[in-house]
Amino acid sequence: MDLIALLAFQVLYAIASLALISIGLAVIFGMMKVINLAHGEFLMLGGYAAIEANQRGINIWIAMLVVAPIVVGLIGMIVERAIIRWLYGRIVDTMLATWGLSLFLVGLTTAIFGNTTVGLSAPLGSFEIGRYRASEYLAFVIVLALAELLAVLAALRYTRLGLIARGTMQNGAMAAALGVNPSRVYSVTFGVGAALTGLAGGVLAPVSGVFPTIGVAYVAKSFITVIGGGAAIVAGTASASTLFGAINQLATYATTPVFGEVALLAAAIVLIRVLPQGVTGRFFRRSL
Amino acid sequence: MSGRVANIVGLVVAGVVGLAVLFLGPQWFELDTVLNITVYMIMAVLALSLALIWGYGGILCFGQSAFFGLGAYTYAIAMFNLGDSTLPLALSIAVPAAFAALLGYFIFYGRISDVYLGVITLTVTLILFNSINSTAGPEFHIGVARLGGFNGIPGIPPLNMPFNKDWQVDLNGMFYLSTGSLIVVYFGLRALLASRFGRIVVGIRENERRAELLGYDPRAYKLATFTIGAALAGYAGCLFANWGAFVSPTIFGLAQSAQIIIWVIVGGRGTLIGPILGCIGIQWLTAALGANAPAATGGWAGLLGNAPLILGAILTVFVLVVPKGFVPTLADLGSRFSRPREVSA
Repeated sequence: MDLIALLAFQVLYAIASLALISIGLAVIFGMMKVINLAHGEFLMLGGYAAIEANQRGINIWIAMLVVAPIVVGLIGMIVERAIIRWLYGRIVDTMLATWGLSLFLVGLTTAIFGNTTVGLSAPLGSFEIGRYRASEYLAFVIVLALAELLAVLAALRYTRLGLIARGTMQNGAMAAALGVNPSRVYSVTFGVGAALTGLAGGVLAPVSGVFPTIGVAYVAKSFITVIGGGAAIVAGTASASTLFGAINQLATYATTPVFGEVALLAAAIVLIRVLPQGVTGRFFRRSL
Repeated sequence: MSGRVANIVGLVVAGVVGLAVLFLGPQWFELDTVLNITVYMIMAVLALSLALIWGYGGILCFGQSAFFGLGAYTYAIAMFNLGDSTLPLALSIAVPAAFAALLGYFIFYGRISDVYLGVITLTVTLILFNSINSTAGPEFHIGVARLGGFNGIPGIPPLNMPFNKDWQVDLNGMFYLSTGSLIVVYFGLRALLASRFGRIVVGIRENERRAELLGYDPRAYKLATFTIGAALAGYAGCLFANWGAFVSPTIFGLAQSAQIIIWVIVGGRGTLIGPILGCIGIQWLTAALGANAPAATGGWAGLLGNAPLILGAILTVFVLVVPKGFVPTLADLGSRFSRPREVSA
């Protein structure tokens, strides 16, 4: 019984971490139809931002929850100005250009921080699940992921900014005719996506540590979560990460972490074959 | 100069240069240079495999290194088990081709779009990398060949004359074999693309719906192109396993895949000579910069020796500024300068 509860907790955490690393990419892909292959490096930069800030004496919570998203959000807006802006509508070229950016950032961080893993010790203690102990920090990550999904949903549905963003993505010319500046909307949207990604990078830094090539581990997972989720940003991310996170954690429990990852990737390939439009292409179609 | 004449001149020049390197290379250069040129030639075959799939077939495969690695691993494993290289060589081509046929069937007959194709090939590459990387223990073996996990497989026996184990290919022999292979593959692909099949493949790249309405089945043609490209990449992998007598999971890695894409995009999609030149140029550049600044060097020299940084910058800049690549851009410039003269004459 205790074991089942612990396993359930681990599955929840796997789902939450997938949702956390994917939501930023989902915002960028879902709203702008841009695939950002430097997504993994944005996560990595979020981690470094949090660690560097913490080492300079900033409170760890502020470093993770405030500094990391702001830094990466700003980097995202610069990237949008310098690279993405010229490639709207050319989805494959965007993928290539951002892949180049990803390599560039890996090289740059290796040059600055060195090719070693740096860590941040996780705040909070642990709590008991029956005979087992589980980290309170992981529980915090689960709550945070849920809150973040709800916040994105609320922002899209109930705020003026969300309305403008959705309108611009649906019909840029019409939005421009109504007095909206589409290029600013794109820039802000990309920045928000990057900031969400930076937040995830900061929050996961204590769990996994940070090193320059850590992005590779993230990018494929978040990529397939977004693609597997389909067009709806929040519902898609939630459903795909539930599916993939559960598969990953259960396969990991049954075998090894490596095989868990392989099972996740294999499941994603099958899902894309069966539901080419993603989960929300077939189910929950009217959701956001 | 009309297009037809230019084409023939280009073919002749390519042939002469290729044969000159083939016959004069070992006389001109020291052994270490010959070894370097050998690996350039092998990688150029790999570049051609993506040039076919992406440049002509319009299929952007993020996992070309998967086929390359599969070819190398197949050769290594079969070689340890069999000892005679005839069958391992054939397998190193057949296994990646079969794998690509399976994967391609799944992709093309499922009518999966470009972006998703990129995702799937990327994912498959990662699966292979992760799986092979974790096979370090002695319990992972195929026949007598241990997979070695992240340590790779060292000491792979070299190729030998078909059915004659004693006549093994030496270092110079590897050079002749690789350069000869590149020449054969280049002209073979030229012939393939000039054939009816090649023209249909290009037609599908240009307008898939139109080709379909004219009665061709794009799925079958794309699948065939994909499979041929994978077979070539597997062959390049076999040569590579021979060259260093060593394979490790990094040849499956995304960095390797990115390199192949960079060679093709720098050289130019829709040409064959472009990716060859791009491949040799980029490899020479990274080797030269890396030699100039060993890993620990700081400052600007250290940054220049940082291969991912330089390659990433090259990729991004080319996509933004020279999206067609070098060779087509030069050809455009050339025709822009030659056209007014034709008008005045």
